[in-house]
Amino acid sequence: MAVLLLAEVTDGALALDATSKAVTAATQLGEVTVLCAGAHAADAGQDAAKIDGVARVLVAEDPALGHRLAEPTAALIVSLAGDYEHIAAPATTDAKNILPRVAALLDVMVISDVSGIVDGSTFERPIYAGNAVQTVQSADPKKVLTIRTSTFDAAGSGNPAPVETVAMADNPGLSEWVEDKLAASDRPELTSARIVVSGGRGVGSEENFALIEKLADKLGAAVGASRAAVDSGYAPNDWQVGQTGKVVAPELYIAIGISGAIQHLAGMKDSKVIVAINKDEEAPIFQVADYGLVADLFEAVPELEQKLG
Amino acid sequence: MKVLVPVKRVIDYNVKVRVKADGTGVDLANVKMSMNPFDEIALEEAIRMKEAGTASEVVAVSIGVKQAQETLRTALAMGADRAILIVAADDVHTDIEPLAVAKLLKAVIDAEQPGLVIGGKQAIDNDMNATGQMLSALVGWSQATFASELKVEGEHAVVTREVDGGLQTIKVKMPAIVTVDLRLNEPRYASLPNIMKAKKKPLEEKTPADYGVDVSPRLTVLKTVEPAERAAGVMVGSVDELVAKLKDEAGVL
Ligand SMILES: Cc1cc2nc3c(=O)[nH]c(=O)nc-3n(C[C@H](O)[C@H](O)[C@H](O)COP(=O)(O)OP(=O)(O)OC[C@H]3O[C@@H](n4cnc5c(N)ncnc54)[C@H](O)[C@@H]3O)c2cc1C
Ligand SMILES: Nc1ncnc2c1ncn2[C@@H]1O[C@H](COP(=O)(O)O)[C@@H](O)[C@H]1O
Repeated sequence: MAVLLLAEVTDGALALDATSKAVTAATQLGEVTVLCAGAHAADAGQDAAKIDGVARVLVAEDPALGHRLAEPTAALIVSLAGDYEHIAAPATTDAKNILPRVAALLDVMVISDVSGIVDGSTFERPIYAGNAVQTVQSADPKKVLTIRTSTFDAAGSGNPAPVETVAMADNPGLSEWVEDKLAASDRPELTSARIVVSGGRGVGSEENFALIEKLADKLGAAVGASRAAVDSGYAPNDWQVGQTGKVVAPELYIAIGISGAIQHLAGMKDSKVIVAINKDEEAPIFQVADYGLVADLFEAVPELEQKLG
Repeated sequence: MKVLVPVKRVIDYNVKVRVKADGTGVDLANVKMSMNPFDEIALEEAIRMKEAGTASEVVAVSIGVKQAQETLRTALAMGADRAILIVAADDVHTDIEPLAVAKLLKAVIDAEQPGLVIGGKQAIDNDMNATGQMLSALVGWSQATFASELKVEGEHAVVTREVDGGLQTIKVKMPAIVTVDLRLNEPRYASLPNIMKAKKKPLEEKTPADYGVDVSPRLTVLKTVEPAERAAGVMVGSVDELVAKLKDEAGVL
């Protein structure tokens, strides 16, 4: 039984954390071949080869694969699919864009956001914003799945596996990349950070969000936000944590001025330790918090930042 | 240009979900059901395109139980011109899988020949995030998911997408399948006069057999359980106490 795992490659660089976590899940299914696709993917391929448990790496380089457009990337995966019973990827926005397409081209169902592997055809996944966990068994000849990385530990590094290059498949030529607006940041990446500090509507404005960022920087943490904070323009969209944003499970999650709607909890309730700071003692966030502080954030957050010094 | 909008009837996002004690699923009897929130946004976008003169007709499609009529009446009250209901299940607990939904939507596309499909990025019940991508693969049209901006310009559409790193803009060939994210627009509420008018708008009923599509599931649900509960936490009285707890008790600082 063999697994083809699409690595997360952005602008030629391997996202090691997401990919290594997906490798941990994939090794439970069979021998893992990692596919690195991009305009430049050779370096990513070398890095992926060093992940423990990877048997082989395939590198596909072509300008059409440069921005992970769904159509050419899915065509590539389908051209390689014959040898594999499982096709998997970490559940990033790129993979969620590509793998359902792959599944439809192979006439199989996709199994999204797998959080547990029971056996080669049986998987657990959260539904209803994490309010329920479903165990599903696939009757399809091939299983196409995206893996919720927050529930798997990252594989370590080992002896490098062999790397081969593979040819690009025909690009259907339906779409072209125009531009990326990606925020550059020195902070740790949200989904792999050890600590996440998130702000909600209670923070009140984009300027006030500096309070959250200052605390995060003091802790070497990533910054997150609720949907309300993003919709109000206090924080960029890629900071959103929740059912429809990112799913995080850091050692410490600090929720500030966030009420704790179920859609937000869906993205953070597997964190090891949760702290909530909210002025409303009835806020539902306190029901999942390990440590709750009823306070005005404009007093508590600067004080906390100072006392961590 | 005709625009097709698939809308799903789902549990209302405000309802507290209850998992059945026998592990067979989520209790959907007698709970408030609504249009999937992402589909409201998709529909709003289509209606705005019609108001702007870019679209000529907006057709809403729903697949599921007969009660999805209500969802389609809401769509008509918001401003869709007509609706198609494909009755594919008789138990409200039966969820039609994205692959089957995509196959039915492909059949509707073949019959209706729209120039654009705008759907939601994700149904908030199964959280699959798959149907649009699958449909695009099946019909061979371009795909633009997680849209926060959509501009149709003749033979192309320019779409800004919400991705993990921020925003990506792509240009896709028309006809296209677009799925929408939360920040594309704010959907309108249906006004009372429009709710009345919607009762007279055409709502056609079909079955999967009419389209020759097999909707049998590929995935068998073995069980559905509640997620592991978190142990109860404590309230702290001050920032000092919080810092002390995090350092000494939790050991995370
Ligand atoms: C389809 C769908 C998908 C969604 N997806 C997501 C998602 O992925 N992520 C997400 O987060 N949400 C999501 N939501 C939105 C979600 O339902 C809530 O609306 C949102 O999480 C609320 O954000 P909030 O807690 O910041 O705001 P609010 O609920 O308004 O809470 C603000 C909190 O701040 C507190 N506060 C105010 N001032 C202060 C102060 N000075 N000091 C301390 N506390 C203060 C208040 O007591 C309150 O509890 C989704 C909704 C839908 C319908
Ligand atoms: N049964 C259905 N009826 C109508 N539209 C649907 C149905 N299922 C999914 N869709 C559409 O596909 C989108 C994504 O759903 P999903 O792939 O199930 O997460 C939804 O937002 C709808 O636009």
